[in-house]
This record gives sequence, C-alpha cells and structure tokens, in this order.
Amino acid sequence: MLAFIIRRLIGAVPVLVAVSIFVFAFVHLLPGDPARLVAGPEASAADVAAMRTEMGLDGSLVSQYLHYAGQTLRGELGRSSKTRQPVASEIGVRFMPTLWLTVTAMVWAVALGLVMGVVSGVRRGQWVDRLSMVLAISGISTPGFLLGLLLIQMFSVWLGWLPTGGYGTWQHFVLPSFTLGTAVAAVLARFVRSSYIEVAGEDYVRTARAKGVPEQTVVWTHTLRNALIPVITATGLQFGFLLGGAIVVETVFAWPGLGRLLIDSVSYRDYPVIQAEIMLFSTEFLLINLIVDLLYAAVNPEIRLK
Amino acid sequence: MSTQVRTPLGEFWRRFKRKRLPLAAGVVLAVMVLAALLAPWIAPFDPAAPDYDNVLAGPSWLHWAGTDVFGRDILSRIIWGGRVSLSVGFISVFLGGFAGVVLGIVSGFFGGWADTAVMRLCDVLLAFPGILLAIAVVAVLGPGIDNVIYAIAVFSMPVFARLVRGSTLGLKQTVYVQAARSIGVSRYKLMLVHILPGTLPVVIVYISLRVGTSILTAASLSFIGLGAQPPSPEWGAMLSDARSYLGVADHLIWFPGATILLTVLAFNVLGDGLRDALDQKLRT
Repeated sequence: MLAFIIRRLIGAVPVLVAVSIFVFAFVHLLPGDPARLVAGPEASAADVAAMRTEMGLDGSLVSQYLHYAGQTLRGELGRSSKTRQPVASEIGVRFMPTLWLTVTAMVWAVALGLVMGVVSGVRRGQWVDRLSMVLAISGISTPGFLLGLLLIQMFSVWLGWLPTGGYGTWQHFVLPSFTLGTAVAAVLARFVRSSYIEVAGEDYVRTARAKGVPEQTVVWTHTLRNALIPVITATGLQFGFLLGGAIVVETVFAWPGLGRLLIDSVSYRDYPVIQAEIMLFSTEFLLINLIVDLLYAAVNPEIRLK
Repeated sequence: MSTQVRTPLGEFWRRFKRKRLPLAAGVVLAVMVLAALLAPWIAPFDPAAPDYDNVLAGPSWLHWAGTDVFGRDILSRIIWGGRVSLSVGFISVFLGGFAGVVLGIVSGFFGGWADTAVMRLCDVLLAFPGILLAIAVVAVLGPGIDNVIYAIAVFSMPVFARLVRGSTLGLKQTVYVQAARSIGVSRYKLMLVHILPGTLPVVIVYISLRVGTSILTAASLSFIGLGAQPPSPEWGAMLSDARSYLGVADHLIWFPGATILLTVLAFNVLGDGLRDALDQKLRT
C-alpha cells in the first residue's frame, strides 16, 4: 500500500508541473508587458519596473519559470493588482467559506444520492424508481444559478424564512449548500442505481438467493457492498466538481469564497490572483483524485497490485 | 415476397422510437431550433427595442412573457436568445468533437508516443471540472461569447478523443480494415474511409449528450458575467439581469429559467434515449 501511495504521489507531480507551466505561460502569452499586466493598470512606471525585477523578467524564459515556480512553492504569490494585498492573505480569508460550503453540500448530497439510488435500484421499475429518476435528471438539467434564484424567490422573497445571501449564521448555509449539492445528489443517485442493478445481475447474487439467503442479507451484504465500491470514485470526482460549481453558487448568493474571488479577478484582470487561484484549484483537484484513488485501492486490492 | 433487411441504422431507429420520452424531447428541441431559426419572422417584437412606458411589466396579452427593465419584450428576447444559446451549444461541441475525433483516430491508429501524449493530455483535461477549465480559458482570452465557445470546445475534446480512440482500436482489428491494409490502401485513406465512419454513431450520440452540458456551461458563464455581454439576449445573461429584480419582477426569472431548464432537460433525455438505443445495439 505504501508503495502504491508513493507511486501515485510521484505520478501527480508531472501534472502539477504542467499546470504551473500553463499558469506561468498565460501571462506571457497575453499581448502586452507581463510586468505591466501583473502590476495592474494603475501601477506607476516605477512599480512596473520593480515588478519586472521581482518576476525576474530579465532572464531567459526557463530561468523566469524556475523563479516563478520557486516563489510559488515558498507561498510567495505576489500582491493583488486590485487591492494591493498579498494574494496569499486574500485567498486565506476566502478559503474556509468555500470549504464549508462544499463540505455541507457534499454531506447532504451523498446521503440523498445514496438513498435515492439504492431505493431506485431495489425497487427498479416501480413508481418510487421512476419518481426519483425523474427528479435526478431534472436535478442534472437545472443550472445551479437558476435553482439558486428560484430558491431565493421562494424561501427569501415569498416566505421570508432565509436570507437571500451573505455569510455568517447557519441560515446562510441552507440555500447555497442545497443549490450546490443538488446536481451531485442527482448524478450520484443515477450512478448508484445503475451500479446496484449491475451487481444485482451477477451470478453470486443469484446463487445467494438460490441457496436461500434471506432477501435482506442479499440486498445489504451481497449486492450493496459490492455496488458501492465504484461509488467511492464517483463521489470523489463529484467533490472536485463541487469546487467548480461553487464558483457559480457563490456568485448567486454573494458568498465570500474562492469562486467569487476568481470571477472578480477575471473581470478585473487581476492576474496574480488568477494565477494563484488556478494553481490552488488544480492542486485541490489532484489531491482529491489522489485520495479517491487511495480509498479505492484500500477497498479493492486488485487496483493496488496492478 | 422478400423479407425486409434490418440495417443497423434501422434497428437503432426502431429501438429508439419505441421510447416516447426521448422522442418527445426530440420534438421539443426541433421546435426550439425552428423557433430560433425563424426568429425574425415569429418574434412579436424587436428584442433590442426599449419601451420605457412598459418597464418590468408582467405577462399580458401584448407581452406574453412580460418586459424587462428597459421594456424589452422577454418572449422575443428568449426566441432570439435561442440563436445565441443553441448555436453556442452546437458549435462548441462540434469544434470539440471534431478535434477529439481527429486526435482519437490518430492516437488509436498510430499508437506509440502519439497515443501516450494524446491520452495524457486528455487525462489532465478530464481531471478538471469543465467550468473551471472554461473559466481558465476565458481568463486567458478575455470574457465574451466567442471565447466561451473555444473554452467549451477545449473541455469537450477529451471526451470524444477517448471514445474515438477506443473504437479505433477495435476497428483497426476488423477484417475489412486488415483487408484494406493488405491491398496497400494508404494510411490516411484507411483512417478516413474505413475507420472514421465506424466511429460516427457513438460520436453522434455523445454530441447530443454534450450539447445540453455545453448550453448549461455557457449560460453559467454568461450568468457570472464572463460570457455573452449585454445587450445580447443569451438566456444565462437574461437571468443575470433578472437577479437584480428578485421580488420586484419575478417573471424575469420564470420564463428564461423555464426555457433553459426545458432545453437542457430535453437534450439530456434525448441523449439518454439515444445512448440506450445504441448500447443495446452494441450488446447484441
């Protein structure tokens, strides 16, 4: 297992390097002086000159990249060209709100997705199955921003139960995390259902039934346990996608998180923040994928030994 | 009397049309595409013409879906916006699909380092959620609907590349391709004439599955302000405008929202139906 972990960790390095080259390159690919772009539109000539030295722009492209990579590894991400604050602190403030939003969304989405998927799988073809599959495809087809607006309209404007946006109390969490989790719950419900149905058709399930194992044991032990193995991977991947979905949901609910920061910096062309955010998001995805692989390997020895 | 020959396509169609829901979804989409194409003739108003006497008016006999903050007719904007939203969905998936098919065939046919390079690229692209990849591309190219198309094409590409590579590997071993190769057919002709047509059914099904996702992503990007810019009546952009009038003019959400939902739902249902019909064909 340790060898597998080490192998996977090493495997993630080239991807991170590729992403960092992309992030480094894109400021250089844009028309105009990279130092001017990074320093921001309001920077003085002296600031731009200082930035040029800071970015090491006088050296070759390779040495510039190494310089950039070294700084990033040390956590020196530069200053936002909009607020002049260090990028690291800008991101630090917004990290926890996004993390909490995704975690709460994930928790209820996994719970609901599992229940819906298993019930659908067990009661395949019955009304319960049809209903939850109609709900699931509707959930997949509803854009997050639309669902968010509809929920605000219902629960904030009409009923007045919950705030329309912002961050602070638990009431602020309800609508955003419900909005964010819906698509995930829907995807998982469909996935769990088909995984369950696939396993339910296996020979060993039929054998178990044939030899008189009680139906409950067939469902729980023989079918469900095996059906849930691929669900681990699907869930992990969905977690990564939640971080992407959070960008939209944070915009709808004025959530002070990383997603909103990214959108604001793209609109403002705040390149130091954009660079840092893309790097951070990529690292998070790789990390999540890695954890998923490890979990998967933990429950399925076949993968480990390959 | 001769017995009727069942072609694979006929078989596929026979299985597909048995399901009523996907068929209905196809009809809904056909109506939407038609409405978008005929926008200049069927839209009751000019989508950009303001009417300051009729600002934020609810649905009425004159304005079926009401008017927005400039008094523009929302129904007309939805019909015209269909041109933007639907064409963004189709063009981006076709671009991504085209690139993916080319890369997939080449990497499946030649194998070796080309294959490794293409598949690693796909792995990296697929490791990131589409919307983030799209935002990264828009961050580089700048906001705007054209750049959104490229962005979506970029994240659609790997799906097709993997799919087509898989079928190319299978087709490469078929007797007719081996036969063609043995009589000295050139490699390009092999790929273009003998392998490409075999990969197309799956590609077409996945195009229909991806268009819904693309429309959804494009609408999301427009909603957060990175896609279609005002005064474009793109559906996501319309909802972004609506956000400021929550509680004042609900109809600004209901109509464009229902349109997006219906369109994406129809594409997903149609795609699911097509995939099921095709899967059965592959199994038998």
